[in-house]
Amino acid sequence: MAWDLLLPAVLDGLTNGAVYALVALGLTLIYGVLHIINFAHGSLLMLALYAAYFLYSLLGISPYAALPILMPAFFALGYGVQRWIVAPASHGREQNVLMITLGLAIVLDNLALYAFTSTTRSIDLPLAGESIDFGVAVIGVPKLIACAGALLLAGALWLMLARTDLGRAIRAVAREPEGARLVGIRVERIYAITFGIGTACVAASACLLLPSFYVTPQVGYAFVLIAFTTVVLGGMGSLPGALLAGLLLGVIEAVSGLYLGESLGQLGIYAVFILILLFRPTGLFGARAA
Amino acid sequence: MLLEVEGLSAGYGALAVLRGIDLSVEPGEVVAVLGANGAGKTTLNRVLSGLLRPTAGRVRFAGEDITGADPAAIVARGLIHVPEGRRIFPDLSVRETLELGSYRRARNRRASNLERVFTLFPRLRERARQAGGTLSGGEQQMLAIGRGLMAEPLLLILDEPSLGLSPLLVEEMFALIATLRAAGPAILIVEQNVVQSLLAATRGYVLENGTMALAGDAAALLDDPDLRKTYLGL
Repeated sequence: MAWDLLLPAVLDGLTNGAVYALVALGLTLIYGVLHIINFAHGSLLMLALYAAYFLYSLLGISPYAALPILMPAFFALGYGVQRWIVAPASHGREQNVLMITLGLAIVLDNLALYAFTSTTRSIDLPLAGESIDFGVAVIGVPKLIACAGALLLAGALWLMLARTDLGRAIRAVAREPEGARLVGIRVERIYAITFGIGTACVAASACLLLPSFYVTPQVGYAFVLIAFTTVVLGGMGSLPGALLAGLLLGVIEAVSGLYLGESLGQLGIYAVFILILLFRPTGLFGARAA
Repeated sequence: MLLEVEGLSAGYGALAVLRGIDLSVEPGEVVAVLGANGAGKTTLNRVLSGLLRPTAGRVRFAGEDITGADPAAIVARGLIHVPEGRRIFPDLSVRETLELGSYRRARNRRASNLERVFTLFPRLRERARQAGGTLSGGEQQMLAIGRGLMAEPLLLILDEPSLGLSPLLVEEMFALIATLRAAGPAILIVEQNVVQSLLAATRGYVLENGTMALAGDAAALLDDPDLRKTYLGL
C-alpha cells in the first residue's frame, strides 16, 4: 500500500482516536476510583450531544462555545447521579451498581427516543467544510479542533490529578478509602466529584464531536463499545493507558478501514484487541495481578 | 481534659463489642490502652475517629461533644488516628502522602510541618519521591505517623504501631513515642505489647471483653498481680 494513502489514514485515525480517548478517560477514571463500570456512560454522551445540538439549533451557540456551559452542567449531573441515585441505591454491592447504571442507560435512551424520535440530526457549522492541507494529508478543521481539544483536556486532567489536593485525594480514595477518611477526606464527596469529572469528559467529547458527527438516541452505543475496549486495552483504571489505547484504536480503525473497506474498519480494532490481551491480559498499562 | 469518654458502647449489628467504656486523656499525656485480640481495641479506635457510630455514651474532645461526628469533622478538631495496618496510599509518593496529611487541618503550615516530619524521619526524606506501596513495613509505619503529624494533632491515636515490625523496629517505635511526646501532642497507644506500652505511658487501661478491667498509673499497672498473671504469664 502506498504511503500517500497510509499516512492520511493514520492522521485521520489519530484525530478520531483522541476523541475515543477522551470518552474513555471519563470511563476509566470512574472505574479506577469508584470500582464501578458505568454502563450509562454512552447514554450520558448521547444526552450531551443532544444538549450541544439544541444549544446550536435553538440558540445559535456553537458547540465549541458550549464547552464552558456543558462541562460544568454535566459535572453537576454526574455528581448528582452518583450522590443521589447510584450511591444510595447500591448499598455497597457491585451487582446493584451494575444494574443501576444499566437501568439508567435504558431509561435515558428511551426517554430520548420518546422526546427526540429516532431522527438522525446533525449541525452545519460554517467551518465544518474547511480543511487544512498538511502536504501529506488534508484534514478537516473540526477534526483537528476535536483532536487538540481532547489532548488538552487529557493533559489538564492529568495535571489536576498529579498536582492538586483534590487530585491527590481522588488517587488516595481510589486505593485506600479508609486511610483517606482518616486524613479527613470526605470519601462519598470524592466519589461524586469523580463521577462528575467523568461525566464532564463526556460533555467535552460531545461538544468536540458534534461538528463532524451526528446524534441519534442510539449514538452512545457506537462510542461506549469502543470506550470499553479502550479502557480494557489501556489497563482498567489507567489514564495514560486509556489515552494511548484510544489513539491506537483510532489509527487501527482507520488503517484497517483502508484495507478492508470502511464498514469493516472496526474489525481491525477487535482483532488487535484480542491479540494484545492474549499477551498482556491486564492491558497496556494495567497493574499486574497482585 | 482533652479526651473524655463516658459509658461508650458500640458494636456491629446485634453484636455488642464495647459495653460502657470510660476513658480520659489529659493534654500532653501518653496513655496506653491494652488488651488481647478481640477485646474491643480496634472498635474503640473506630468510634473515636468517627468511622463507627456508638450505640450509647458520649465522647468529648477539646471541650466539644464529638459523639457520632464524621471523621472529617473529628480530624479538623485535631484528633488524628494512625490506623492499624497503616492504611498507606499505595500510588502516592511519600511527599504527596505527607501533604495529604494536612488536607483537612494545618494546611497553611504544610511546608514547615513537612520539614519537621522529614527531620524526625530522615528516612522519609530519602524516600520522598518513592510510592508509599513500595516502602518496607517499618518505613510505612513512619509514613503513617508522619501523615498524622502533618495535621498538628492535639491527640494522636497510635493503633497497634508495633504490629508486624521486627523486634529491633519495635524498640525504635517506642523510642520514637518518647520523642513524639516531647514534641507536644497527647498520645493514646493502643497495643497488645503490654510491657513496652506501659513503660512509654504515664497511665494505662486494660480492656477485656468490651469493658475496662483495670485502670491506673502505668507503673502501678506494671506491678499489678492480675495483669502480670493474665498478660505476662508471671
